[in-house]
Amino acid sequence: MSKKTYLQALNEALRQEMERDDKVFIIGEDVGRFGGCFGVTQGLFTQFGEGRVMDTPITESAIVGTAAGAAASGLRPVAELMFVDFIGVAMDQLFNQACKMRFMFGGKAKVPMTLRMPQGAGIGAAAQHSQSLEAWFMHIPGLKVVIPSTPYDAKGLLISAIRDDNPVVFLEHKLLYGVEGEVPDESYTIDLGKADVKREGADVTIVATSLMVHTALAAAEKLAAEGISAEVVDPRSLQPLDKATILASVEKTHALVIAHEAVGFAGPGAEIAAMVAEEGLEFLDAPIRRVAAPFCPVPFSPPLEQAYIPGVDDIFNAVKTIR
Amino acid sequence: MSPDKKTLVKMYETMSRIRLFETKLQEFFAAGRIPGFVHLYIGEEAVATGACAGLTNADKITSTHRGHGHLIAKGGDLKLMMAEIFGRKTGYCKGKGGSMHIADFDLGILGANGIVGGGGPLALGSALASKYSKTNAVTVCFFGDGASNQGTTQEALNMASAWKLPLVFVNENNGYGISCPQCKSMAVTDIADRAAAYDMPGVVVDGNDVLAVFEAVTEAVKRARHGEGPSLIECKTYRWRGHFEGDACTYRCDEELKEWMAKDPIPRMEEKLLESGVLKKKDVEAIRARIEQEVKDAVDFAEGSPLPSPAELLEDVYA
Ligand SMILES: Cc1ncc(C[n+]2csc(CCOP(=O)(O)OP(=O)(O)O)c2C)c(N)n1
Ligand SMILES: [Mg+2]
Repeated sequence: MSKKTYLQALNEALRQEMERDDKVFIIGEDVGRFGGCFGVTQGLFTQFGEGRVMDTPITESAIVGTAAGAAASGLRPVAELMFVDFIGVAMDQLFNQACKMRFMFGGKAKVPMTLRMPQGAGIGAAAQHSQSLEAWFMHIPGLKVVIPSTPYDAKGLLISAIRDDNPVVFLEHKLLYGVEGEVPDESYTIDLGKADVKREGADVTIVATSLMVHTALAAAEKLAAEGISAEVVDPRSLQPLDKATILASVEKTHALVIAHEAVGFAGPGAEIAAMVAEEGLEFLDAPIRRVAAPFCPVPFSPPLEQAYIPGVDDIFNAVKTIR
Repeated sequence: MSPDKKTLVKMYETMSRIRLFETKLQEFFAAGRIPGFVHLYIGEEAVATGACAGLTNADKITSTHRGHGHLIAKGGDLKLMMAEIFGRKTGYCKGKGGSMHIADFDLGILGANGIVGGGGPLALGSALASKYSKTNAVTVCFFGDGASNQGTTQEALNMASAWKLPLVFVNENNGYGISCPQCKSMAVTDIADRAAAYDMPGVVVDGNDVLAVFEAVTEAVKRARHGEGPSLIECKTYRWRGHFEGDACTYRCDEELKEWMAKDPIPRMEEKLLESGVLKKKDVEAIRARIEQEVKDAVDFAEGSPLPSPAELLEDVYA
């Protein structure tokens, strides 16, 4: 166990999986000597060479398609897009090809590919480099959606994603790359579909993902000062979704706030709220609240961007309307 | 077609304007005064300048992430650009777009673009609209060597040719897509060779020679205007700065940069104009002083402008 950043944890997961299984390879733009747009693949080119850490042309459709085709042919690719926003260029290869092969072909194909993409606003990168698109991916049968919030989770979940026999979209947050936490040096897995209670509480459940886990924890701290005990649940993967952990928490606290950076309308919170309404309505003694980005593209100007990203006060205030 | 005196001087001024505007941005970025990403065009000024010098305001361009040069060459207002890059409410896009997303539809600037290869299909639509409405306007699509590998770009080349659209593809081959050298991303040496696959003219020009760019693009624009369809002009050039400000450029060597800096398009043009007597030394100095003042005015305008307020977030999502 030692302190590592989220970025180092991801890098270690990639390295250990590549050492363990020579079918694992990396493919993407500037992932080689350059080390990836945000530095996640740093050092891997030197260790594994260009045969396993492959720089592609600027060609997202081909990157995702190559990963899908190679996965269906027995390899275990880890593809990287520089920003999740570029998935638009490659969406067909993901949702019509990679994610449908197994079902369409009656269970014949296996597509064990991982697609890593950074999400999120906060660096002034504007409308085409800052989105949070997890809801798009949640809507695709055949695809798993993983969204880690801590260095520990990042490593264990990435290793599980790579070993999973299905296409997995792995959504990192660019503001989390520098966040530090305790991470075991050895390889370990975290089951996909297993939520983690990041803080225990009795009065309200805050389900939060990615960067919002940290915002929710800060809000919980502030709420504690007012005598409100908030439980923070991080689903860690949105498909599969750990309904049991969320429902158990709501059964205990009787109130639910959901926080994410994706836009609110038809966002991941809509699915979680619907699930609790369907399966745990009787646990609630207050309306469900959602804290999310407003229904607009991500703006450039810093004051607009700051207003766009849900903050500690937004979560705090949402809780205060029901507690 | 060789340009008249007025056009020659205008091109010299435009290149200088791009250089001085961006040199200021470089300074401001280093001082931490500009948010987000900035991709500078320094060293490549001759491409945008030569390509736009023969266009009218009715003609259109689609630009890229490295768009300041295209915008300035198409007549973009330095004040509105600077304010946008500073994230001010008075900027071209009300502070919502920033450096990578500036547009001025009145000047035919259909927007810079954060998506590599995003401009090709848009340029198709623009060219189709001109043909459809018989406006006689031509669209120039700027795209990089890296962008040339995107499917969207190849789709645009094909369809423009199949439909004989009034479109000119101006490839800015600066040898790299971020860290990836051209030789690792494609098997051809000349991107212009790809034109043959679409049965359109493909020309290679020295992208640091503004007159060569002007001539080749003017010829292609003429063809396009006469309904003879698109062309692909590949301009060989080089970016002096990193891919974005802050890029350490570990993937290329200093000698290569020096070699290209010796081919600086601006002094090259200046020498020609001085030699031929089109400009005198004092004219050159006066032009420089005037443009420095323009840039200073743009900075003052930007700095004196208010930031947008959060209430504006939900404006302009829908028409
Ligand atoms: C679809 C997409 N993929 C990747 C990127 C990241 N990116 C931004 S610029 C760039 C390189 C572009 O190279 P080129 O087209 O040669 O233009 P240059 O930067 O050299 O002017 C890349 C990969 C992007 N913005 N959009
Ligand atoms: Mg390039």
